Amino acid sequence: MNAKLILREKEFQIRSGMTLLDALKKCDILPESVIATRQGDLILEDEILKDDDVIKLVAVISGGGGSEM
Amino acid sequence: MRQHKLALCKTHYLEWLPEQTERFLTKYHMFTREERVLVAVSGGKDSLSLWDILVRLGYQADGLYLGLGIDGGIGYSNESHRLAAKFAEEHELKLLVVDVDQEYGRSIPVLSHLSHRGHGKPCSVCGLTKRHEMNRIARDHGYDVLATGHNLDDEAAVLFGNTLTWSGEYMLRQGPVLPSAEGLARKVKPLCRFYEREMTAYALLRGIEYIYEECPYAEGSTSIYYKEILNQLENARPGAKLTFYLRFLEARRAGLFVEQDAVMAELRPCTNCGQPTSAPGLCAFCRMIEKTRASTPA
Repeated sequence: MNAKLILREKEFQIRSGMTLLDALKKCDILPESVIATRQGDLILEDEILKDDDVIKLVAVISGGGGSEM
Repeated sequence: MRQHKLALCKTHYLEWLPEQTERFLTKYHMFTREERVLVAVSGGKDSLSLWDILVRLGYQADGLYLGLGIDGGIGYSNESHRLAAKFAEEHELKLLVVDVDQEYGRSIPVLSHLSHRGHGKPCSVCGLTKRHEMNRIARDHGYDVLATGHNLDDEAAVLFGNTLTWSGEYMLRQGPVLPSAEGLARKVKPLCRFYEREMTAYALLRGIEYIYEECPYAEGSTSIYYKEILNQLENARPGAKLTFYLRFLEARRAGLFVEQDAVMAELRPCTNCGQPTSAPGLCAFCRMIEKTRASTPA
């Protein structure tokens, strides 16, 4: 049984029953670089993913020239 | 929040972050409730959240949006302006808008192209223009202080870059507050101790609509590369970014970096705009504008 992680245009199929943290590691996504939401609610890294979960990952990093001042 | 060993529900998180901001405002003597604050607003999560927090805390904070004329196939500037204006309207706040193209006859990408600065990328022209315009508007409109939404990840990335090259003169100037000087407004960074991830969570939980798309020119930028490296460190050692930044501030305060006579260039007012410059005659911004006035866009 599967759950799905979505980051920008990319989709990752993962096995349900594992924690979000393990799922992120499996997909090679640094936990520090994203925030996970399920149906609009934020979820934490120790959340266990269920069948048919669709987890939307919000990329956190922004920048470019903005850091100059 | 592993670095703080803290887990909060939505309600308490939305209370905690403004409370911490208030603590930093006081700790670093940024400004008081009697002073007028101009918040540089880009339409992104950090600057809109900063504006939201300052207003909630009861500060007199107006916004400044700079129209840069960047499209990148996604209408980047138009969308960021729309979101900044929407936030201001919904919260009944005053937003000053300066469009670089209308003001100087050229957008940032065109200024960059004509001035041949920045090796084909407009980021250095953009930074120069933003610094000049933010200071000009703050000064001309009588604001006491200019606040920007730089977060801990921004600050740690800049510090990391300056450390790799041991750019002591830049490190001396990096901090939560840059005091005012003749012709220069005081600049403050109230969010400098919050992780970028914390600011994203705040914007999402508060329901702030911000521009999610990255600036089209930011792709492959050095600052994003440094942020990714620092995130790998943070992942292995929670708290690494905060320690890196705070220990730097301590070291600077303790006198680790000493102003050298050679870098204490004498500042004088630009003969055109009056802002301080170390160059004789025109400042770097006015020189760039003068250079591009003589050119015709391709």
